[in-house]
Amino acid sequence: MKPISISSRAWVWFVLGLLFIFPLVNGNNYHRDVMVTAGIFMILALGLNVIVGYAGILNLGYAAFYAVGAYTYALVNIHFHMPFWAGIWVSGAAGALFGMLLAWPALRLGGDYLAIVTLGAGEIVRIALNNVDEVTGGPNGLLGIQHPTLWFPKMNFGVKPLPYYYLVFAIVGILVFMLRRLESSRLGRSWVALREDELAASCMGINPMWAKLSSFGIGGFIAGIAGCIFASKQGTVSPDSFDFILSVMVLAMVVLGGLGNIEGVLIGAFMLSILPELLRGFEIYRMLLFGVAMILIMLFRPQGLLGESRHVEEFRRKKEKAPA
Amino acid sequence: MTAADVFLQQVVNGLTIGMIYALIALGYTMVYGIVQLINFAHGEIFMVGAYIGLFICLIFQRAGTGSGNLVFFLPTMMLFVMAGTALLGWIVEKSTYKPLRHAPRLAPLITAIGVSFVLQNAVMLLFGPADKSFPSVIPIHKFDLANVTITNLQVLIAVISISLMAALHFFIQYTTTGKAMRALADDIKAASLMGINVDRVIAMAFCVGSALAGAGGVLFGLYYSTINFHDGYLAGLKAFTAAVLGGIGNIPGAMIGGVLIGVLEGLGAGYLSSEWKNVFAFFILILILLFRPSGLLGARVVKKV
Repeated sequence: MKPISISSRAWVWFVLGLLFIFPLVNGNNYHRDVMVTAGIFMILALGLNVIVGYAGILNLGYAAFYAVGAYTYALVNIHFHMPFWAGIWVSGAAGALFGMLLAWPALRLGGDYLAIVTLGAGEIVRIALNNVDEVTGGPNGLLGIQHPTLWFPKMNFGVKPLPYYYLVFAIVGILVFMLRRLESSRLGRSWVALREDELAASCMGINPMWAKLSSFGIGGFIAGIAGCIFASKQGTVSPDSFDFILSVMVLAMVVLGGLGNIEGVLIGAFMLSILPELLRGFEIYRMLLFGVAMILIMLFRPQGLLGESRHVEEFRRKKEKAPA
Repeated sequence: MTAADVFLQQVVNGLTIGMIYALIALGYTMVYGIVQLINFAHGEIFMVGAYIGLFICLIFQRAGTGSGNLVFFLPTMMLFVMAGTALLGWIVEKSTYKPLRHAPRLAPLITAIGVSFVLQNAVMLLFGPADKSFPSVIPIHKFDLANVTITNLQVLIAVISISLMAALHFFIQYTTTGKAMRALADDIKAASLMGINVDRVIAMAFCVGSALAGAGGVLFGLYYSTINFHDGYLAGLKAFTAAVLGGIGNIPGAMIGGVLIGVLEGLGAGYLSSEWKNVFAFFILILILLFRPSGLLGARVVKKV
């Protein structure tokens, strides 16, 4: 177990408190909406971090996992009127299944080739969603997805961002809690071992295939959940929302924040989803400035804003050992 | 037209666009062969090449010389475009990749994405977001060869592409810089111990790759006669696919991969539907990778334990 010092625990409560108070103090629905989007991106980034950060497998088609979740919920909700709370599990399962089905043949490939297969799969899913009109509604997508409802207090989430805000950040909180446990579990440690040295790890009795497959499964499950929330909030899904740029953005969040570091990934996701909104004042120069910002952050912090603590430790030890 | 004619026509169309993909793919493969970096900004450099070409055409039209003298005009335009994109490639390498050469592997990937955002939006701001029509500097003639229509433009694209690839082949095989590039691709450390200036050669690979992509951009503009600042993305993706298909890091492989992707796409568009043609290319890519992971011409690397 990673020892948690009192100060870091205090930080966690402080951030949680801020998140809880934010929408109560700030009644602006636009700001709340931006935060919901940031929260969904945080979920996605946490999921991708399992694949890219822990297991060290470059995935360039994460948007497809997200799309599978969103369309799964849309379909089961529209055709079978499945409520959100059941649908989120089905979406997660569909995302996990998709991830593992993709990874199973592709994992024989190493490194960048695997990345290309995920990229190709991402494009295939998006184009397929665009063209299988009878099932997915083609470019128009699917309409009329129900918003989540609660039995107690009896309410419908509706179109206002507030309930989604609490839903999304509750899920982020649960995921952070679980991923922390996972990180130091047998599986989590075997991912890191594989990432650092596959040969040595497999000699120690780790099954590389199974470990990598499970990283795709878990990453897919989390993306599926995110897709379900997105679909239920929008009320519609269309293929445009799941393009290559989205995969790239989530990857940028993970790398920018710090591969394999949960806090870093959350900060990266928060920054990259807020930044375009902050730059809205610059209108047409917005995306240009966004690109410049991405380059600059990477140039000054190539290891990400917060590198994984394991890396930091190793780095420090090496430095101390080096002769003066 | 018989079925065979339709087939041949699609092959001819596919070959033309395949040549352009091959030109872009060369840049991906050269850079990857040396520094193992997927240069995501490369597709954008191709797009910028098309816009520089457009810009030069507009200048010539403004000056009144028009495209009267094609023998003079076309090579001049090509030269300017290739010099421009080579310079751009050099700037991108020096400013965003070189400082990260010893950084974690994914860091330059993210700066590459940043660069592609910057280039796309810079072009959008300069030329506007709408489709731009590329001046048809070459009057189109159609030739009928046994029921298959070939335009003079298609012939020209093939001639220019093939001669550029031949020039590249000569450059890589016989010049000192070319030999240095091959040495770096083999073993970067050993090459630097032999006195090769690693930074200079890597920058050179970026320049040459970008120049070829720029040439591809002009040909693309001429062929489709409209260009858009979004064009770099899909063309880049397909060219990258082509590079992987041929065996990334392998130069003849990139040429073959590009042509193959073009032809597959042409056939896919002809026989399936044009919406599915992109799926077709990626699907074939995945199949090939699964059964021959190092690409068609890639070296079969035996993992030493």
